[in-house]
Amino acid sequence: MVDLSTRIGDLAIKNPVLTASGTFGFGLEYADFVNLSNLGGFIVKGTTLEPREGNPYPRMAETPSGMLNAVGLQNKGVDHFINHTYPQLEGIGTEVIVNVSGKSVDDYVAVAEKLAALPEIHAIELNISCPNVKQGGMAFGTTCEGASAVVSAVRKAWPRHLMVKLSPNVTSITDIAKAAEGAGADSLSLINTLLGMAIDIERRRPMLSTVTGGLSGPAVKPVAVRMVWQVAKAVNIPVVGLGGIVSAEDAIEFIMAGAVAVQIGTANFIDPSATQKIIDGMEQWCERHGVRSIAELRGCINA
Amino acid sequence: MRVGFVRRLRGGNVHIGLHPADANALPPMQPGQFVEVAVDKAKVLLNRPFSIFNSSPECLELLVKPLGRASAAIADYEEGDTLRVIAPLGRGFSLPEAPARVLLVGGGVGVAPMYYLARALNERGIRPVLVYGERTAPDPALKELLSRHAELHICTDDGSEGFHGFVIDHPAVTQGEYDYAKICGPEKMMKFMHNYIATNKNWDTEFSLENKMACGLGACLCCVENTTTGNRCVCTDGPVFNLTELPW
Repeated sequence: MVDLSTRIGDLAIKNPVLTASGTFGFGLEYADFVNLSNLGGFIVKGTTLEPREGNPYPRMAETPSGMLNAVGLQNKGVDHFINHTYPQLEGIGTEVIVNVSGKSVDDYVAVAEKLAALPEIHAIELNISCPNVKQGGMAFGTTCEGASAVVSAVRKAWPRHLMVKLSPNVTSITDIAKAAEGAGADSLSLINTLLGMAIDIERRRPMLSTVTGGLSGPAVKPVAVRMVWQVAKAVNIPVVGLGGIVSAEDAIEFIMAGAVAVQIGTANFIDPSATQKIIDGMEQWCERHGVRSIAELRGCINA
Repeated sequence: MRVGFVRRLRGGNVHIGLHPADANALPPMQPGQFVEVAVDKAKVLLNRPFSIFNSSPECLELLVKPLGRASAAIADYEEGDTLRVIAPLGRGFSLPEAPARVLLVGGGVGVAPMYYLARALNERGIRPVLVYGERTAPDPALKELLSRHAELHICTDDGSEGFHGFVIDHPAVTQGEYDYAKICGPEKMMKFMHNYIATNKNWDTEFSLENKMACGLGACLCCVENTTTGNRCVCTDGPVFNLTELPW
């Protein structure tokens, strides 16, 4: 029997497998394929103060070993989440983490204050790294000052676990990570998507309505592993790794780089039961290798 | 699922039949619903959506045109191969009650959902008119199948068979009178038909859309269509939308 349980700071989860925001809807979309209570937790679609229609179609293009998206935070707003979605998620048997986004610091704070009224939401993930919105989003995550301002403001409004999702589209991710830690983050998740672009050469037009978009999938995994390794060494708060994980072996690679847990994103689109297969695969890998607890593997590369 | 047959048709379409991998029967599927297929032989990342050409408890049939890397690789599959399929997905066509006059229009591989739809209409005592437009004469075997359950009219761009011209100019469209129309094909054709019907006819009309999608489950919000009620997922709110929902 392998112990897959882990802690993201004060947040105890039954196994290290979470789902990445925007790739798992509100969880319920996947209920036919995964027993949601088997997950370590899931992170619901980015939520903003006001409803957002998102960007025009086309919003997605497949690229070699990856995909670009430019959804642009389409969501029905935090009040809809509180009144319609949350009641369906109560008692679901796993951690539900809400990804929070905004155009301004005040927006982030207002969403966090509203979510604080929901007793079963033990953590929020602050999205300071969305590349697909004109205002806010990544703008907060690409400077130390921006990251610090939004994290410290939300820290005052949000009493429970505060995870901050970092952008890879920066010169030094460790500087941003330290700024978020200094401003009161309880944990960091990384990486959000890499800013990318693809062109339909027959039509001589960009593939996405927004021209550029966020790259995810196996193509980004080596970049993500590198950044998780760098950040885990640079900060004293837990790191949750994501970026291109499609198998148990990929997940273990992130744990070895220093992550306490992982998020599964694009893999959910390839196989809606990917999360369960990754949990099972991690357990089997540990059994085969005589590993009793997943914690033994964390940061074990000694590099 | 296990590949039961692969028929490579004249004109490039591939007609493929899939059986359940285990002893379980396939779930019931509605005309106009779709399936997501992991086309591993194409070495692509995401699953691809395909219309349901026909379905029974034992066999799911698809009609695929090789337009991209994944659809082209469908022709590389052989009897006995396995394919991972998620089925069925989405909201299909609404089925009118008899007596009703129904027009079906399929442009190119947009004819794919029309066989199963015509079959379902026949079971309700309705024999629809099917106007099928192609670049060039379609395979006789496909024509034979399509004419089983519908009054088939062929249009070709090159005049090699049937009416020489676009579906929108075919007399069965311009002079026919119907209660319902069900349309699937290239975006340009569907928008022409939308405009034509909205302006000239009083037909209760549905369109089946094919926006690029990632998850197929309503989670990723990539395949949205701008509708009269905002951006909606083609995969779960569609792929079939009523004419009145589309601000084309």
